[in-house]
Formats: sequence, structure tokens, C-alpha cells
Amino acid sequence: MEINVKPGEQVTVVELVGDIDGSTAPAVQAQILPLAAPGARIVLDMTRVPYMSSAGLRMLLASYRQITSKGGRIVLVGLSEEIQDTMSVTGFLNFFVHCATLDEGLKAVEA
Amino acid sequence: MEQSESTLTGSFAVDRIDVHPTHTYNGYRLRPGKPFPFGATFVPGGVNFSVFSRSATSCTLVLFEKGASQPLVEIPFPDEFRIGNVFTMVVFDIGYENIEYGYKMDGPWDPQRGHRYNKDKVLLDPYAKLVAGRDVWGREPDWNDIYQYRGRFVYDDFDWQGDRPLEIPIEDLVIYETHVRGFTHHPASGVKHPGTYAAIREKIPYLKDLGVNAIELLPIFEFDEFDGSRVLPETGERVYNYWGYSTVAYFAPKAGFAATGKYGMQVDELKTLILELHRNGIEVILDVVFNHTAEGNEHGPYISFKGLDNQTYYMLTPEGYYFNFSGTGNTLNCNNPIVRNMVLDCLRYWAAEYHIDGFRFDLAAILGRDPSGAPLPNPPLLETLAYDPILGKCKLIAEAWDAGGLYQVGSFPAYGRWAEWNGKYRDDMRKFLKGEEGVVGAAAQRLQGSPDLYEWGGRGATASINFFTAHDGFTLMDLVSYNGKHNEANGEHNNDGSNDNDSWNCGWEGQTDDFWINALRRQQIKNAMLMLMVSQGVPMFVMGDEIGRTQYGNNNAYCHDTELSWLDWTLVQKNPDLFRFVKQLVAFRKAHPALRNTTHFRNADYLGTGYPDISWHGTQAWSADWSASSRVLAFLLDGRHARGGAAQDNFIYVILNMHWDGLDFELPGLPPGLQWHVFANTGASSPDDIWEPGSEPPLADQHKLYLSGRSSAILVGR
Repeated sequence: MEINVKPGEQVTVVELVGDIDGSTAPAVQAQILPLAAPGARIVLDMTRVPYMSSAGLRMLLASYRQITSKGGRIVLVGLSEEIQDTMSVTGFLNFFVHCATLDEGLKAVEA
Repeated sequence: MEQSESTLTGSFAVDRIDVHPTHTYNGYRLRPGKPFPFGATFVPGGVNFSVFSRSATSCTLVLFEKGASQPLVEIPFPDEFRIGNVFTMVVFDIGYENIEYGYKMDGPWDPQRGHRYNKDKVLLDPYAKLVAGRDVWGREPDWNDIYQYRGRFVYDDFDWQGDRPLEIPIEDLVIYETHVRGFTHHPASGVKHPGTYAAIREKIPYLKDLGVNAIELLPIFEFDEFDGSRVLPETGERVYNYWGYSTVAYFAPKAGFAATGKYGMQVDELKTLILELHRNGIEVILDVVFNHTAEGNEHGPYISFKGLDNQTYYMLTPEGYYFNFSGTGNTLNCNNPIVRNMVLDCLRYWAAEYHIDGFRFDLAAILGRDPSGAPLPNPPLLETLAYDPILGKCKLIAEAWDAGGLYQVGSFPAYGRWAEWNGKYRDDMRKFLKGEEGVVGAAAQRLQGSPDLYEWGGRGATASINFFTAHDGFTLMDLVSYNGKHNEANGEHNNDGSNDNDSWNCGWEGQTDDFWINALRRQQIKNAMLMLMVSQGVPMFVMGDEIGRTQYGNNNAYCHDTELSWLDWTLVQKNPDLFRFVKQLVAFRKAHPALRNTTHFRNADYLGTGYPDISWHGTQAWSADWSASSRVLAFLLDGRHARGGAAQDNFIYVILNMHWDGLDFELPGLPPGLQWHVFANTGASSPDDIWEPGSEPPLADQHKLYLSGRSSAILVGR
């Protein structure tokens, strides 16, 4: 699992590379949560995430709650069809704004 | 005195003092567990395991890495961790997602006394909430695997977003019985994940359009479709345990019904479906099978109960053999206190954790038998369920008979709670529909919510779940297309399935191009649906009856995972007239509280309106023909008596002409200023056979109505 945090002026992009499951989700969460300052704008680039497990989905939702409870925003980018499908049928997708590309994600998170 | 906020809130910074291990085993850190709750439960830093066995001498926890053929570790429960007959243990630092767990039990081998312990068998936890091993429907398992159905841990943190069970009054329900896979697996279903929970979600608009407000799912507790699976030599078809009446794990949803079963996310997928159904006003009733398990008899496999505590969980003969009241090899010992508690825990779990709205109990008469098989006058299990606080608003529906000859329709111990699948409704109304002699009296009882069966116990009309058809037996189209069953495809030379179908093929056995026969069949389907929707009690029909689904005369399609069992969605386009007819009937029922009384009629004018709540008629108004040769029945509801006078409704007149001849029916007079309007007439061709409720046209002749042979009508007086 590779986690690249790219702070920007308004928006922080977090690029994730690799599977997000029970063994990697805590590390991802540990990187994301410190970014959840009031009003934070975060784009999670998941273009290179092939698989996300149940624990991964829960980590995402928990992070979402942390960020939005402080008036922040998080947008997911580049979900594979498989992950998008899984998130859809398990109800997780309902909570998120998600975009196909990083550019769209950057626009969406600032809108 | 005002207190400052900080003294009222504040957080507990102090750690729990039971989060530290007291023992180690092969590097695994352990601690005595808690006996409650049974099963595997997350605790800080680890997992609490708790499992019951009365006669085991020792127990070992067996952990596997996900999918591994050999165990990762086997940890014996230290004897000092046992409390009473419960083995408990906390294991720290084990992965939640990649671990599968089971137990090995050592104990006596003494079948005559009921003991069949075998310390080499890996056993599934009866309280396992998630089970791996049959993750994708139909994928052939590795039968050499020492552990076929593997317990896993589950997150119980689903966000219900304010949802809870709908608590629709039972008298307002219209129940649609369906099979998770069969509902959407047909290639014409047009869904993304055919045959899954997720796919039902895609079909919610269809269910809403039809108007049903409850779906009753055939078993969804984890079962093995390969149980009894084989390739039939005659046809080459592989048959399965398709219906699923053979439970492997009572607390776990069937993985193979989930699009995400391969990822072990069936819990979230099913909960998401239930949440979405509830948002659309549709309840979920589960068909639950507590009469037997998938372990069969002494020749069957060790899955769980047999190896954990055979003597407790099964009804055994004095010689130690399995009683077979279920017709499937064994009988769960439901009125043993341990088993009773497990059933209660299970239903509470589904009601509280999955927001299930009701349960239909397969072969429920068994649940009233004592451990030796004798029927109990006051069965503790049925009483417990009826009075349970968590199940307090759940629908409890009994299939009030069993395979051991106990038939309790009308006498099932109800405790003011239990409703029944009314088998007599099905039998009598089918006979009336086909024009048999001597059944108008019985039909009148059935149309009124079977007061002959339920009034004496004060159970009311809602004790009766009314149905012409269910999964077990002919579909409605087959009921009017076949005189006899045609179960050759089941591979048992047509010896399986019921011979008492009370069906009539309308003049030709099976499919035909004959215009008149097909027209009559459609008319009979409409007659049946009309009678069902105007009957007091709770209507139920099986998926596809609204669009003419056929099983080609097979009345026991339990083993076919083929187009024989699946709902063919092209029928929506082929039979739009049937769909429309059923849809408008459902809407009519919803619009008229006089059709949905909770109590039985009094056959009296107790409000002084000049009309009794219900009155019976024939070709002559106010004169019903109760003779043995009669095939005609009509009844008038005075809507001012609806719900005992608590609701206001129109006059409703229902005319049922099951004679082959067309007949003139004199209409009862209405109070001044009111007119008869025709809502439905199955003798007319579509679209003039039915109207939208409220838009019914007035009858030109207010004094009589001609009804063609084998047709029925509903009039509204307003």
C-alpha cells in the first residue's frame, strides 16, 4: 500500500495505490484523519486501487464522517467499475461524491 | 441548582481493565471470555468466542486463514475458561477480515444415548453471522475440504439512517412470495447482478407499480445449493437444493444470493436492500426453517449441531435415531430450552439487526412438538415468540402443518399473535374456482376470513393468510392449465409433489394455441385474483402470477435452477392485461377498508343502517343458493360497517358466477341517491375488464347484470 499526500493551496489530494483491506485500512485512515481540519477539502484519488474490502469501505465512511462533521468535503476519484459496483450494492456509494478523473474531482470538491 | 456542562458530560479516559491477556498459546494471547453473547463478538483488542455444549469433554478453537485448507492454529479452550456448559475465550490481535473460525469438540461416541462426538470434525458455530464456503452460487465446492462452511466475523455497524421495521398493520398487507434468485435470474430481467439481493433493489419500481407492500422471501439463511445436487441421467440437468429449505447457518444470510458474496459483503448488501424496500413502503418477511437442519440423519454430514451437542439439538428416538417429522431426515428439538433460546436469539437478531418485518415458519406444527415428538397443548417456543419484546411488532405466520401428519390450520396455538397459511382457503377456493359442486358454503367462509376456523379463538380475520398459490404447488397459470402435476423433470418419475391440486386445465392439458381455451384460462386467473383480493384476511400470491408465469405443470420445482423456476420478464410485455388487472385489484383493496377488516363480520346490521355488514345473494338479490349444485355466490358489503363502523366505505357488491353458463344477476337496491358502478368484470375483455378505483363507470341497468359463464364482477355503490 502506497499513500501519497499532496497538499495544495485549497485542496489536499491523497493518492492511494494498492488494495485497501483490513491490513492496510488503518494506515490509510491514520494518514487521512490528520488532514480533517475544519473546512478541509480532500480528494481521494483511487485510480490505482484494484480492490477494497469491507474494512476499507468502513474506513472510508468513518473518514467521511470525521471530515464532514468539521465542515470539510471529501470527493472520491477514479473508482474502478468493480469498486463502484460493490459500493453501490452495499449502500456505501450513497454517502459520497465521486468523479471519474482528478480534474473533475478537484472541481467537485471546491464547488 | 444548575450544573455546569462539564460535570454532566466529560469523557472516560480510563481504559477498560479487561483488555490484557492472561494466557498465551503458541504465541496467541488469550483471556477468559464472556459466555454472553454466544458466537464470535468483537471486544477491545480481540474477539470473544462463546459456544455451548452440554456433553463435550473439551473444545478447541480452530482458526484458518481465509480459504486455507489447513488450520492456522488450533487453540484448546483452557478448562478454567469454561463456565457451566459454555466454552469461552478471548483471542487478541487476530485479523477481522482474513480469519475463518470453527470448533472441534471431544466427547462420548454413544449414539444410543444421542452422542455422536467426533474430535476430528471442524464444526460451524451455530451463531456464526457470516459464513464462507459457498460464496458464489453454483460454484462447485472442493468436497475434500475439511471445513465446508466457515464461520467469519461480521461488522454490525450498518448505518440505517433512521429506518426501522415498517409495522404496516397486517390487514393492510398484500404479500408477494418470491425467491431471491428466481426473481431476477432470467436473462430477460435486465438487471446488473441477476439473482441477487442487489437485483431485487433494481426491481423495486416494478413491485411498487404492482402495489404489493410485502415480499416474502424463500429461505435466505445460509444453505448449500449443492445439498442433494446431482446430474439427472434422463436429461443431463444438474439439479440443486434451489429452494433452500435446509439451513446450514441460522444467523448468516446466503452468500450466493449476494452480488458481493465473493467479497463477504452479503450482510451490507442485504441490509441495503431492506433499507431501500422500507423506503418504498415494502415490508420484508422471511421464510424460516426451524423444523430441521442440513445435517440429515445418521448418514448425513457433520456441519454444526450434530458434533456440538447432538442430544440437545435433535429429536431422537429412544434408540438414538433421528425423528423425521420434517420429511428431510432430522427434526430440530425446538422445545428443548437451549434450542428454544437459539431460535429466539436468531429471530431477535434478524428483527433488530436486519429490520425484518415478519417471519413465516416452515412446517410450524413441528415447533409445537415436545422432544419426543408429541404435540404440546401450550408449546413454550410458540408462546415465547408471541410474547417476546423485540418481536413484539413482527408478523408471525405459521405453516400450520408438518410432514408427520400434524395439521393445525385453525387450531395452531396463537397467543393472539400467530397468523396461519390458510391451507383450507387454497383448497376450497380452488374447488369453487373450477366449478365443483358442494363448496359454496365453504367458499363463503373463506371469503369472510374463515370465521369457521378462527372466530372461536377470537383470532379475527387477520389470522388467515389467504392464497391460491405459493412456491409449493402450481403457479396460478398452471392451476388453470393442468389437471395433474408434471414433475418428470425432477427425476423421480413424477412421484414427488402433491396429487391434490384441485386444478382444471380448461379443456387441454398444458400449452395450446386454442384461442378459446387461452381466453378462458386468463379469465380464470382473473377470477382467482379477484376472489383473493376481496377476501377478508391477508392476500398472498407467488411471484409471476400477476403475469401468467408457468412451470409447465411442475408443482414441486424445488430443485430446478433453470427457466422452469425463474421469472420470465418477457411476460410483462406478453401479458399486460393480467398485470393491469392484478394491479387495479390491489389498488382497489387498498382503497376500500371494508375489504380489510380485522375482526369477522357479525352478519348483522349493528349500526342501524338498514343493511347488515355482509349479506349473501345469488341470481336473485337477497337469496343465496346454498344448495349442493350451486356454483354461484354474491355478497354485499355495506361500507358504513367497515372496521366495525370506524371507517367509511362504499357499498361493494361481489358476484361470483363459477357456473359454465352465463346468468342474469338481480342487483340489491341501494339507498336513494346511490348508483351501482362497475369496477371489474372478468367476462369483459381488456381494457373493459377493470377500471381504476374511483373512475368506475355507472351501470346502465341498475337492476340487473348479465355475467357470462365462469366470470366474476365487483360493483361499487356510491
